Amino acid sequence: MKSKLLGYILKRLLLAILTILAVITITFFVMHAVPGGPFVSEKAISPEVQAALEKKYGLDKSVPEQYITYLKDIVTRFDFGPSLKMRGRDVIEVIGNGLKTSAKIGVIASAIALVFGIVLGAVAALRRNKLIDRIIMIFTTAFVSMPSFIMGSFLLLVFAVSMKILPANGSTAEGLILPVITLSLSPLSHITRLTRSSMLDVLGQDYIRTAKAKGVSGIKILFGHALKNSLIPVITYFGPMLAYIVTGSLVVEQIFAVPGIGGNFVSSITNRDYPLIMGTTIILAALIVIMNLVSDILYKFADPRITLE
Amino acid sequence: MKKFPLTLHLNVDAFNPATDAEKEYMVQMRPSTTFFKDGMKRLLKNKVATVSMFVIIIIALSCLILPMLWPYSYAEQLGVKLGKPVDNSYNNLLPFQYGETEMAKIASGQSVFPHIMGTDSAGRDYFIRIVYGTRISLAVGFFASLIVLILGMTVGSVAGYYGGKVDLIIMRVVDIIYSLPDMLMVILLAAALRQSGLATAIEGTVLEKIGSNIISLFIVFALLYWVSMSRLIRGQILSLREQEYVLSARATGARGRWIVTKHLIPNSIGVVIISTALQIPSAIFTESYLSFLGLGVNAPMPSLGSLASDALNGISSYPYRLIIPAVVISLIVLSLNLFGDGLRDAFDPKLNN
Repeated sequence: MKSKLLGYILKRLLLAILTILAVITITFFVMHAVPGGPFVSEKAISPEVQAALEKKYGLDKSVPEQYITYLKDIVTRFDFGPSLKMRGRDVIEVIGNGLKTSAKIGVIASAIALVFGIVLGAVAALRRNKLIDRIIMIFTTAFVSMPSFIMGSFLLLVFAVSMKILPANGSTAEGLILPVITLSLSPLSHITRLTRSSMLDVLGQDYIRTAKAKGVSGIKILFGHALKNSLIPVITYFGPMLAYIVTGSLVVEQIFAVPGIGGNFVSSITNRDYPLIMGTTIILAALIVIMNLVSDILYKFADPRITLE
Repeated sequence: MKKFPLTLHLNVDAFNPATDAEKEYMVQMRPSTTFFKDGMKRLLKNKVATVSMFVIIIIALSCLILPMLWPYSYAEQLGVKLGKPVDNSYNNLLPFQYGETEMAKIASGQSVFPHIMGTDSAGRDYFIRIVYGTRISLAVGFFASLIVLILGMTVGSVAGYYGGKVDLIIMRVVDIIYSLPDMLMVILLAAALRQSGLATAIEGTVLEKIGSNIISLFIVFALLYWVSMSRLIRGQILSLREQEYVLSARATGARGRWIVTKHLIPNSIGVVIISTALQIPSAIFTESYLSFLGLGVNAPMPSLGSLASDALNGISSYPYRLIIPAVVISLIVLSLNLFGDGLRDAFDPKLNN
């Protein structure tokens, strides 16, 4: 069993590394297939200056050579090269600055989604087919399929424009409330539905009946048996949740003008800042891949009934 | 009567007319039903799915028919007339307001078709833009799912049927594409394809009308989303090819292609249709997301995502311009999802209990 688990972890780890390598490769070659170099948009550059710039950034070498250098820099020094449009700043520095704000929003949003999602899901399962269950299910069904940019625009409209109780600009601490709510509502709905269905499943198990027959108190059954076991499937949602929050944050940061990594990414696409686009894609993708790996492995540890293949 | 084994002597009793008691056995208690009919019956019993289906049909029909009847077009700037100075009174009209020349017409007794949702900042009738945007979203969702279906079906059935090395290689590639963070890759590819020579490559062909950005959306979908479909089909085929009827077909000399097209695909079609139906809302979602980021359709063509994104600029004065596309997207995605769930409940035999 132990060696099987180890084998599984190694296999997943290998796949994760291959995936990240694929991300780097795809990103690199896709960006280099785009016609028109990064300096095309700037008109007032003489050929000599352009040649000098290209030499400085290594753009005069062949594409495979550039790829090897790029890969080597990332692996050995975690260096994604300099940003082309923000003079004198490294890509990793720009990303690092943005990531501080974005990570804050993301972590708070995930925490809210987890806590409220589990509580609401458990309440819905325990009061199955009662009014409160119906209300919870209606709202979560609506929120699950609502795109993040629509949710964000609505919240902006209601709380910042009409009621004026929260700031629309996300550059202050208070301004982060709306982005956090926007990002947490959809994962929250997912977790609620996941918890509800797995809780209903657990409540029908024999060991719950056994516990009841033994005379275990209701609260103990709820927390010790039912909730503990019904939270295991929620672990599998950690990876997709991070992916949702990362992609959601791209638009949400644009809507609320949050100085985070998402806003940087969107503006780097319009500015054609290739190193920044590549660096951001790779780092965010690696984050998601690693989170998927961690949640899958945790899941195997949490439920011994799961068979390994 | 004694029977001799070697005579042709027949049993006369076997030719008597059937008695009423014997006829009872032949009465059909319930007309026989096909898998499809049975599923449809179950689908129509599901109220949520039926209502969603009607919502989708109404939306689809109205965005097919309305543009033919509407007197304005989606790109027509009402204040811009050839040979005349631009009439700014047409820009940013509120619902049921009219531009200056239209007011004059009304005053002289002529009737003018109302702008029931007003006009946008460039003086274009907003209602028809919403209708066109919906049309684009639905079309992108539908065709993208079709592309995903065809690609996934081909690769999945090849991998599933031939197995061995072919399967191993295909599935490793699928594994890697599957674990790529799809949205980030979609954004990257969409951003790159916009800058590529696609627009000039399709110039003069039928494809030009669709617009290079929508084509690149299709390419993005084709590249990334076929993997889960091919996984599904491969799994189906792996379990189906162990069935006895496949063995018997092979025993009678049927070849690989015949077995795939006549036995394996028809038997896995239910699951495939369900997952295609559920693919449509996710494609619509992706399209509106990209359009919102400015990576979607080419201007002046509207899409629900780009309409919502444009509306953000005037959000305090014209909030309805954001609310309308937002409600339409949510309605489409929600009803498609609910309908897909209903399809799954009705057609997936594993869930029938």
